[in-house]
Amino acid sequence: MIELKNIYKIYGDGEGEIRALDGISLHVSKGEFVSIVGSSGSGKSTCMNIIGCLDIPTSGEYYLNGTDVSTMTENELAHVRNRELGFIFQQYNLIPKLTVRENVELPLLYKGVKAHERTELALHALDRVGLGDRGDKYPSQLSGGQQQRVSIARALAGEPPVILADEPTGALDSKTGREVLDFLKQLNREGTTIVLITHDNSIAAEIKRVVRIQDGRIVSDEVKEDLQ
Amino acid sequence: MNIKQAFSLAIKSLAGSKMRSFLTMLGIIIGVAAVIIIVSIVNGMTKDIIDEFESMGATTITVSVRGRGGNRSVSIDDMQNLVDDNPEYLKSMTPNITVPGATAKNGSDNLDVSSCVGVNEYYTDIKGLVVEQGRGIEYVDCEARLRNCVIGTYIANELYQGQALGQQIRINGQIYTIVGILEEQADSTEASSDDIIIVPYTLASRLSNSFTMGSYTFNAVSKEVADEAQELIDDYLLGVFSNTNAYNVSNMSSMIDSINEMTATMSLVLAGVAGVSLLVGGIGIMNIMLVSVTERTREIGIRKSLGATPWDIMSQFVVEAITTSCIGGVLGILLGIGGSYAATLFDMTAVISVPAILLSFSISAMIGIAFGYFPAKKASKLNPIDALRYD
Ligand SMILES: Nc1ncnc2c1ncn2[C@@H]1O[C@H](COP(=O)(O)OP(=O)(O)OP(=O)(O)O)[C@@H](O)[C@H]1O
Ligand SMILES: [Mg+2]
Repeated sequence: MIELKNIYKIYGDGEGEIRALDGISLHVSKGEFVSIVGSSGSGKSTCMNIIGCLDIPTSGEYYLNGTDVSTMTENELAHVRNRELGFIFQQYNLIPKLTVRENVELPLLYKGVKAHERTELALHALDRVGLGDRGDKYPSQLSGGQQQRVSIARALAGEPPVILADEPTGALDSKTGREVLDFLKQLNREGTTIVLITHDNSIAAEIKRVVRIQDGRIVSDEVKEDLQ
Repeated sequence: MNIKQAFSLAIKSLAGSKMRSFLTMLGIIIGVAAVIIIVSIVNGMTKDIIDEFESMGATTITVSVRGRGGNRSVSIDDMQNLVDDNPEYLKSMTPNITVPGATAKNGSDNLDVSSCVGVNEYYTDIKGLVVEQGRGIEYVDCEARLRNCVIGTYIANELYQGQALGQQIRINGQIYTIVGILEEQADSTEASSDDIIIVPYTLASRLSNSFTMGSYTFNAVSKEVADEAQELIDDYLLGVFSNTNAYNVSNMSSMIDSINEMTATMSLVLAGVAGVSLLVGGIGIMNIMLVSVTERTREIGIRKSLGATPWDIMSQFVVEAITTSCIGGVLGILLGIGGSYAATLFDMTAVISVPAILLSFSISAMIGIAFGYFPAKKASKLNPIDALRYD
C-alpha cells in the first residue's frame, strides 16, 4: 500500500544542509496501524508530509498503491489527497470563516459530491466524533479538543482507506487524547490503515507496530505480536 | 467544484469583508459610471445640436453661385423650373439675395440692420419662420415689385415699440410698408435672428448701394431624399457651368452627418479617458486579490491538502474577482444612470447609451477576469506544504 524506498529530504545545501530524512525505507500494508515516534526534529512530520503527498522528497521513490508518486500530475496528486488519504494535522487546520459542517464538507466538495449528500455525510462524520450538534458553530467557538475532533471528522468524511495523523493528541489533555486514540483504534478495526505520529510513549506502547526515527533515519521498527 | 459552488463561495467571501469589497469595487464603480455619464452627456449634446439643425430644416439645401463672369449663368426662373420639373425631390425654392449694410429708419430713429434679404413667397416656409402679425412676402409682392416688407421683432421693438404693423419704414432711404412681423426667435436682441428685414427679391438689387450676394435655398420633399435632391441640383449646375468651383451646394443633413461624426470622436476620446479609470479600478482589484491570496495562503494549503486541484483554487479566486468586478459594474451602471438623470436636473440633455452600458459592463467583467487571473494563478501554484506552513 505505502512503500517508501530510500527517501531523502534535504533542506539547504553544502555546509548548512539539513538532512530531514536521510534514507528512509518503509512499507505499510493495508489495514496496519503504525506509529512513528522520535524526538523533536527527527523528521517525523517531514516523513508524514511525503506520505501524504503534501511534500516532494529530494530523492528516493514513493509508491502509493503501486503507483510512483513522482510521476503524478498536480491533478492526480489532488485526486490522491482527496480519495486515498485523510490527514489529521497537529494544528487542526480548520478554515475559521467556514462553519464546522462546511469544514467537514470540504473533501466531499472537491470530490464532487452533491450538496445535500455532502451535508448528510458531514453530519454523520460529526456524529461519529460526538459533535453532531455543533455543525453550525464556527471553529473558534469550539474547544481545542473539539476542534481536533472536527479535523478527525473531516479526515473521515470521505472514508479514505488511509488516515495519516500527525500528533493528533499533542495539544490535548490525556483524557481527550485517550478518546482520540480509542477512536483511531476503532477506525483501524473497521479496516482503515492508520499512520500515527506521537511523542507520547504510553500511546506508542498500545500500538502494534512502532517505527522509531532519529536524525532522519529509522533506528527501529518493531511489531508487538501480542497486540492485535 | 463547479461554477455555482465557486460563485456562492465568492459571495460568501465578499460578504465576509463588506468594506474591503466595496473599496475594491469603487474603482470599477467610478469607472463604469464615468463612462456612462460622459457618453450620455455627449450624446445629449449631440442631440441638442442636431435638433437645432433639424429645426432649421434638415430638408434645406443651400446653393450659392460664384461664377458670375462669362455668359454662363443661371436665372431665378431656371432654378424655379428645376423645382417644377422634379416634384418628387424638390418642394420649393427661394432666392436669397442679401443686401449688405442696410439701414432702417422710422422718422428720426434709425438703426443698422444685420440681415436684409430679398426672397420670394416660399422663404418663411423653407426657413421654418412664423409670421406672427400680418402676412409674409407674397407672390404679388415679387411680381408687381410692391414695396412691402416683413420685419423681425428686434426692429419692431427698436423703431416702433412693438406697434409696427402697417407702418412705413425707410430702408436705405426707400419707403416700404411693414406688412408682417415675425415671431420672436432669439429674445429680440441685436444681430440675432430677430434683427431681420425681408423684402421681395425683385426689389433687393435696387436697395443695394453697391452689390448684392445671391444664393438660393431649396426645400427637399423629405429628409430622406435630401441627398438625392442635392445631387440633382449639383448635376444641373455642373451641366451649366462645367466647373464645380463656380457654385456650391450644401444641405443640412450632410452637416448633421459631420456633426455626428465630430461628436462621436469626442465621445470616444472622453470615454477613453473614463476607461483609464476603469483600468485603474482593475489594478485595484488585482492588488486586493494579491493581498487576499497572501492572506489566505494557509486556507489554500488546507484546501489543497484536502484534494483541491489547481483549477479548483484558481476558479475560486477568478470567480471572486469576476463577482467583485461585476457587482461593481452593476453598481457603476446604476450610479451612471442616476448621474445622467442628475445632469438633466442641471438643464443638460443626457441620452443614456445602451451600447455604452453594455460595453463598460463587459469591460469591467473582463477586467475581473484579466486582473483576477494573475493572483489566482499564483494561488493555484502554491505548494501545499509551503502554504500550510505559512503564517
Ligand atoms: N522548510 C524547512 N526548511 C528547512 N528545514 C526544515 C524545514 N522543514 C523541516 N526542516 C528541518 O527538518 C528537520 C525535521 O523536521 P520535522 O518537522 O520533520 O521534525 P519532527 O520530527 O516532526 O519534529 P517535531 O516532533 O518537533 O514535530 C528539522 O531539523 C527541521 O529543522
Ligand atoms: Mg512534527
